[in-house]
Amino acid sequence: MGKTLFDKIWDSHVITDLGSGFVLLHIDRLLLHDMSGGKALKEAIEKGYPPAQPRLTYGTPDHTMSTKPGRTEKTHPPGEPLILSMRETTKAYGIKLFDLGQDGQGIVHVMGPEQGLTLPGTTLVCGDSHTSTHGGMGALAFGIGSSELVHVIATQTMVQRKPKRLRASFEGALMPGVTAKDMILHLIGELGTAAGTGFSVEYAGSAVRALSVEARLTLCNLTIEMGARTGMVAPDDTTYEYLAGRDYAPKGAMWDRAVAHWRTLPTDPDAEFDREHSVDMKNVAPQITWGTSPEHVIAVDRAIPDPRTGPEEKRGAWEAALKYQGLEPGKPIEGTKVDWVFIGSCTNSRITDLRAAASIVRGRHKADHVTAWVVPGSVRIKAEAEAEGLDRVFLDAGFEWREPGCSMCLASNGERVPPGMRSVSTSNRNFVGRQGPGARTHLASPAMAAAAAIKGAIADVRKIG
Amino acid sequence: MDKFTKVTGVATPLMRQNVDTDLIIRIERLVDNVTRDGLGPYCFEQIRFKPDGSEDPDCIFNQEPYRGAPIILSRENFGCGSSREGAVWALKGMGIKTVIAPYFGDIFNNNCFQNGILPVPLPIEEIEQLADEMKASPGNARVTVDLENCTVVSPTGRTISFQIDARRQHAMLNGLDDIAQTMSRKGEIEAWQTGDKTARPWVWL
Repeated sequence: MGKTLFDKIWDSHVITDLGSGFVLLHIDRLLLHDMSGGKALKEAIEKGYPPAQPRLTYGTPDHTMSTKPGRTEKTHPPGEPLILSMRETTKAYGIKLFDLGQDGQGIVHVMGPEQGLTLPGTTLVCGDSHTSTHGGMGALAFGIGSSELVHVIATQTMVQRKPKRLRASFEGALMPGVTAKDMILHLIGELGTAAGTGFSVEYAGSAVRALSVEARLTLCNLTIEMGARTGMVAPDDTTYEYLAGRDYAPKGAMWDRAVAHWRTLPTDPDAEFDREHSVDMKNVAPQITWGTSPEHVIAVDRAIPDPRTGPEEKRGAWEAALKYQGLEPGKPIEGTKVDWVFIGSCTNSRITDLRAAASIVRGRHKADHVTAWVVPGSVRIKAEAEAEGLDRVFLDAGFEWREPGCSMCLASNGERVPPGMRSVSTSNRNFVGRQGPGARTHLASPAMAAAAAIKGAIADVRKIG
Repeated sequence: MDKFTKVTGVATPLMRQNVDTDLIIRIERLVDNVTRDGLGPYCFEQIRFKPDGSEDPDCIFNQEPYRGAPIILSRENFGCGSSREGAVWALKGMGIKTVIAPYFGDIFNNNCFQNGILPVPLPIEEIEQLADEMKASPGNARVTVDLENCTVVSPTGRTISFQIDARRQHAMLNGLDDIAQTMSRKGEIEAWQTGDKTARPWVWL
């Protein structure tokens, strides 16, 4: 019987079988960020384990510094010790750091693919749940906790149990206004936030094959919001075109050898999955979340759900979510007044995302009562966008154009949506308090977020065009 | 790794779905200079405290006999979301030893085992009954979680079995150090790496 993409990568990385379902898995890439990178390196060193493979380890600060124009590590003082500690420990052990103010700095899940560090067929981990993003390149990538991080630093391996396999196939052409963000939000809405628990996910089908690498990264990014640690798209010519010539990607004869290997990775036709789910793209419209879990999602032209008509076991959660969000069931979600718009995060801060948002914003102005931020994913994306004049498009429309970082996705750098304020955000979590205590978050695509900023309310991007 | 063998105590029927790790510990507490051991006061702060910082009496964690209880009863998908291990440190700081839920976020589940907190999977019907038994006899009711025998004993004395990986059970009962165990296989790791450098040289920078 044939093998899946996931099984091919997993099986080839097993160093040894540890029994009772566990294996020792080799880790090809370890990415570090400022929230946990410096601390984990210090802990490993204190325990007597210097980094096992510093040349397979790369870091960049993204979580704890300000994204204010002209920022340094001192602009948000609580983050400074974490950034200094990361700088000091990476330097001491020869680990490459894409530091603040340097070319290459960015959100860690933007940096990896951009640098060509994330390669098809590799295992990649990082102390962040959105590490699933890198699966968009055909890598087996997953988020880990601090203790597991120390284990990888010390041994370049992880003790892991093989998950089951789920294939989500998206068939057909994307309807107007629909993006990868809408595809994955729609899927989470259908399957729920826990469908992927204990599974690895492969995204397949004609709609996925047609996506750019950036869009595939968005698709895989939200895999964790459906409960699965890892989500992947098989590498193909789109992947190779994206990768060719990137700083850390193989070159010359080595490139040809690598591509020949990568071409063997896609799932075999007769491989079996533990669960299959299919989505007809005809049914996928632009999405917006209404509640406090990514599964609380609807098409933008629908009404806010009524807990009394929803599934009985979810009634309590729906009622609590609507109360927190200050929404009335049965009313259209379109037209709900918005105070903040955030375009950024490891989900949607890449150049294609900024172009999509700018195409809506161009020649228009944000609503007066809205505060709108654009936070590019990396120094390179920022420069590329500026070369295209996208910064002017946003600035002329009254948006703020900021420095790369995680920013208002999780508010770990003090950049918060104020209590009670409503935000449309291109990030990945609408949890209670995620963007700041009392903040109300609606997740959507970059174009939808841009439309909300222009209209001053949740808007259907198809009506703006 | 900290050991876990057995705990007997009050079980708090939190009974929420999708308790995410942002709810358990806010991210800025992990940026601020709070040590791992100092996170307990901030655990579940968004539901334990009102915006003015005073305790919310409606929150079950602030009600007797649940204040300081070592066991949490919850609905599906406890610990979903962010990979922050601070969520487990915060629970530990609040005195939690074990969480009983139908299932857990995958990364949170792994993080628990690294810190001697036992995630116990039970069917939702069993958890609902445990919650009912707790509420029926407030003050007296106790739940026991026994890792050696893989059982939960309810306040009325019902014994319910749960499943756990044998490897994890053994590691937790004995407080084994993961890194030291892996280090004992250094030869095998190096042999794999040598082979891989020939097979996939482009991976090795």
